[in-house]
Amino acid sequence: MPAYEAVIGLEVHAELETASKMFCACAVVDSTSAEPNTVTCPVCLGMPGALPVVNQRAVEMGLRVGLALNCAIPPFSQFARKSYFYPDLPKGYQISQYEYPLAINGWLEIDLPDGMTKRVRIRRAHLEEDTGKLTHTDGHSLVDLNRAGVPLLEIVSEADLRSAEEAEIYARKLVAILRYLGVNSGDMSKGVLRIEPNISVRPVGSSEFRTRTEIKNLNSIRSLARASAYEIERQIALWEAGGQVQQATLGWDEARQVTVVQRVKESADDYRYFPEPDLPVLEIGPAWVEDVRMGLPELPDARRDRFMGQFGLSRYDAAVLVAEQAVAAYFEAAVTAGGDPKGVANYLTGEVFRLMNSEGRDRQDIGAIRLTPPALAALVTLVRQGTITHGVARQLVETLYAAGGDPAALVAAHGLAQVSDADVLGEAVARTLDAHPGEVARYLAGEEKLLKFLMGLVMRELRGQADAQVVARLLAAQLAQRRG
Amino acid sequence: MTFDRAMVAHIAELAKLQLSDEESERFAAQLSDILAYAERLQALDTEAIPPTASVLPLRNVLRPDVVEPSLPRGEALANAPDSADGQFRVDAILDSEGGAA
Ligand SMILES: [Zn+2]
Repeated sequence: MPAYEAVIGLEVHAELETASKMFCACAVVDSTSAEPNTVTCPVCLGMPGALPVVNQRAVEMGLRVGLALNCAIPPFSQFARKSYFYPDLPKGYQISQYEYPLAINGWLEIDLPDGMTKRVRIRRAHLEEDTGKLTHTDGHSLVDLNRAGVPLLEIVSEADLRSAEEAEIYARKLVAILRYLGVNSGDMSKGVLRIEPNISVRPVGSSEFRTRTEIKNLNSIRSLARASAYEIERQIALWEAGGQVQQATLGWDEARQVTVVQRVKESADDYRYFPEPDLPVLEIGPAWVEDVRMGLPELPDARRDRFMGQFGLSRYDAAVLVAEQAVAAYFEAAVTAGGDPKGVANYLTGEVFRLMNSEGRDRQDIGAIRLTPPALAALVTLVRQGTITHGVARQLVETLYAAGGDPAALVAAHGLAQVSDADVLGEAVARTLDAHPGEVARYLAGEEKLLKFLMGLVMRELRGQADAQVVARLLAAQLAQRRG
Repeated sequence: MTFDRAMVAHIAELAKLQLSDEESERFAAQLSDILAYAERLQALDTEAIPPTASVLPLRNVLRPDVVEPSLPRGEALANAPDSADGQFRVDAILDSEGGAA
């Protein structure tokens, strides 16, 4: 069987975090919890004669994303009607953009697992309105139009991704950028972000494009990764069995972890796009674009590079820290409080992340943990000064994470300071060796692996509060003496 | 350009209309007539005229991102042929039938 590679492009639909809807003044609410149909008006209900007006903030947010993704902003942008009949939009069409999108021809650079980087081209980003929500009941469908008309930015990549893993990395980075830009919370459980990969496979080395399928409405990055991996394997198996992949729209069955056909496409979609006659065109001149560009925050890549240069962090550590804006801010606060950058990075990506993972806490919520940035900084400093050992520091991180507090005070109150007095250490070594004459004899008779065991005993005797290197030196010396 | 039965069927499909054979026949003829009439515009020389979607001299008509009160739900649902539990109620729709975004 030849080796196959996937050819994947991603459409990401991101709701924009405006206060009001795209074309009317109805509030944008959490559509997973708001009472149905409490934020509608003649415009988003599609009443005859109602006229849409574009939300300026939505346009600016779209421009922010476009610029952050290195897109060109065409001077002319136009809305278009995408005709289709489905009760989730009562007008019989969705206002979208077609020929003249807001942003075109950008790219996003991703870090691959092998240490290489890759530029994924962005074809376009265009503004549109979200649809309402349908609930299917016995013989009927219920329609909630709270979400209808919420601003949506559709970000379309070229088919530059070559594996489910690359698709996942791209999506994670894109979501991070949207969060940095303050245009989308990235909270996929609220449905504010949906991902639709289109997928085909081909033998490695080939440049052909085989029939592709599209998976609709994936609502988590984990689903994206799993659904893509499943679909890639399914297509490879089909080709290998001498079959054909059929062009289709698929859904992801979360319970069974399989893709299922929703609709077989016999012909291209025919939405009869035409320019939206109710909305004048947008002219976006260089002055407006520069204005938006000046207002962009420091983005993840720039921040990663700065962390590497300013703090001497590895690219990997820096990338992990900046992936979540809140984590990067926490790190910088700890460094500002006097923490050694590498030490802070180590405890943050090690112990702190482990503790957060174990209680299922999202990294974006790091600002709410009890271990404050100054406390972590103080802890790192205590280790650097040799006041406490790494082992004690790890325990302290756990204590501070659970209950907060001041590291120095805890060290003093519980007598956790590192024992560095050579006499004290030497006595502990002697005490331990005296208590285990059998093991000492076996070690001296050539059973060298017992050294580690004896070392462990001494460290336990010292409650982990000793410099392991000093202890090892003293242990070796005393054993040599006993060899006589 | 003339409209044949297949084109009528395609348009009807997009518009989610069910037409009888007799209707398809009739609409094919009518639509052909309408198109033939509109096709007279093709005789005009538009070489020097840029594509125009609107003749209004309007650009960048934007509103500030400010929330205003929405309709009370009762009013929003008042004209609906059918509703239940504060929602519009329609005949059962399968997800596979369409939907955009
Ligand atoms: Zn509205």
